[in-house]
Amino acid sequence: MKVSFIKSGLSALFLAVLLTGCSTNPAEDQQTSTDIEDTSVQTGQVDTSAIDDSTVESVTADTVFYFDFDKALLKPESRAALLEHAASLQANPRNIRLEGHADERGTREYNMALGERRANAVKEFLVLQGVSPGLIEVISYGEERAAAYGSNEDAWALNRRVELK
Amino acid sequence: MTGKLVKRSVVQMLLALLLMTLASPGYSELVIRVTKGNDKPTRIAISPIAMGSVRAAEDISAIVEADLRRSGLFETIERRDMLAFPGRAADVYYRDWRLLGAEYLVAGNMRPIDTGRYQVEFSLLNVTGQKTVMTHKVSGTLNQMRDLAHLISDKVYEEITGIRGAFSTRLAYVTATRVGKQYTYRLNVADADGAREKLVLESREPIMSPNWSSDGKELAYVSFETGRPAIFRQNLVTAQRQQLTNFTGLNGAPAWSPDGGKMALVLSKDGNPEIYLLDLQTGKFSRLTRHFAIDTEPTWMPDGKHLLFTSDRGGTPQIYKLNIATKATERLTFSGNYNARPSLAPDGRTLAMVHRQTDTFHIASFDLKTGRMIVLTETRLDESPTVSPNGAMLMYATKQGDRGVLAAVSLDAGIRYVLPSSSGDVREPAWSPFLR
Repeated sequence: MKVSFIKSGLSALFLAVLLTGCSTNPAEDQQTSTDIEDTSVQTGQVDTSAIDDSTVESVTADTVFYFDFDKALLKPESRAALLEHAASLQANPRNIRLEGHADERGTREYNMALGERRANAVKEFLVLQGVSPGLIEVISYGEERAAAYGSNEDAWALNRRVELK
Repeated sequence: MTGKLVKRSVVQMLLALLLMTLASPGYSELVIRVTKGNDKPTRIAISPIAMGSVRAAEDISAIVEADLRRSGLFETIERRDMLAFPGRAADVYYRDWRLLGAEYLVAGNMRPIDTGRYQVEFSLLNVTGQKTVMTHKVSGTLNQMRDLAHLISDKVYEEITGIRGAFSTRLAYVTATRVGKQYTYRLNVADADGAREKLVLESREPIMSPNWSSDGKELAYVSFETGRPAIFRQNLVTAQRQQLTNFTGLNGAPAWSPDGGKMALVLSKDGNPEIYLLDLQTGKFSRLTRHFAIDTEPTWMPDGKHLLFTSDRGGTPQIYKLNIATKATERLTFSGNYNARPSLAPDGRTLAMVHRQTDTFHIASFDLKTGRMIVLTETRLDESPTVSPNGAMLMYATKQGDRGVLAAVSLDAGIRYVLPSSSGDVREPAWSPFLR
């Protein structure tokens, strides 16, 4: 268990490094370029085995949870992943941030409140599973940070979400 | 609108675009396009101001013309059709203007009065009645030509319509431009016609909910620059700013009281969004609502004793009225399953709000006396209504394609215009109070 968490942590780091590497900001690229050399070698070594034997572990559990319009009820399909996160946070406590979001419809401040309500719904679920509330920070971005762009049902569905970070 | 007018406004739009692009590169210039005017507009001629030896960068008469046309209540006579450009009432041949179908004429002249100061003397003439309605003098520096023009528009508009002009007012709004996943948010202030845009705040993190102080000298807004939402106030002249809140959870929807001494706002530090009152002198917060539902978007009644706000305590977002002294609440809206973001017209009676009809979000007006709800807009995804201080026009944010733009509609829905932006999303307009 412990080993696989280290592995998943490392592969998460690897992912993070990959993501920073993709950043379009040249200044950021320069700042992180040394990090990439230092860590990618290490994570690269363990990464292949991590993918093989830890696919069911927390690293692959969804970190984005979706909601219906003007609703903050967790969907049944979110439960499995949230249970995994709850177990992993109890076994290996770390600070997490729950970012609540809304689609662009409706008013901005109401959507701020709605995003917070959604993030709180995820927080309450995790706390009920035994996660310490002190580990969880909740922040709402309302409709200010879309994940999908466009004014259509597909984009809206992707934007009504809570991201676990 | 005639073909000629359309052609002309396109040319003007392009010119204005060019000018403003030169003036402030990289900003989201707003250019006004009138889409629907009054059925029976008043025909008015604005004779070019006789400048004498004065050289000014701005064409005052053209600005007055654009102001009056944008109000939707006026149709202006083409300058090239005019037979003469009289600089004073005594030089006017009424017959010339009657032939052009003008009901009113504005004639004026400019002269230097002091070092660096210039005076415009202008007259409003009733062409049909062949008489001078008023003569007025305004003065300023060469940098204030746009201010002088808007002031002339205000006087002319008020004289003819009986309604105080709001051309000298300003707009605050937020723009967002995105490159990849990186946003840049800007809080701007511009003249009511979109000109002279000035940057108030720029941030990589969201900026929201600009709200004017009652004296028009400060803005309150929400900024995420600390990584979390916080309410700030900023003086527009000195650019001095102060962070007012730093609570866990939501810090949002600031609304300055009519007397300027308090601010209504939303905090969720108690677990869910509640409306609070901040005393700006003492810095003390007092809680006004107590409900597990969402309570947000407070706005003041002119009496300073009541607030209107959005709450979903009844199951869907609706507008409620709150008595600040007794904390008693009363639900106001019942028609439709989404009524939010109340914005009161200066008459204290006409309430604009975001209203959902079937699946579309529009701006509606709600008469607090009769309870009648009227949908004002025909666009989609409409939000953030704000009423001009003279109660004539309502500005709001909407979508054109995938881009956020500002649009305006008169409170009787007879007049419409849009302010397309050349770059980025424009949103959350806030109309200033009267500034003089």
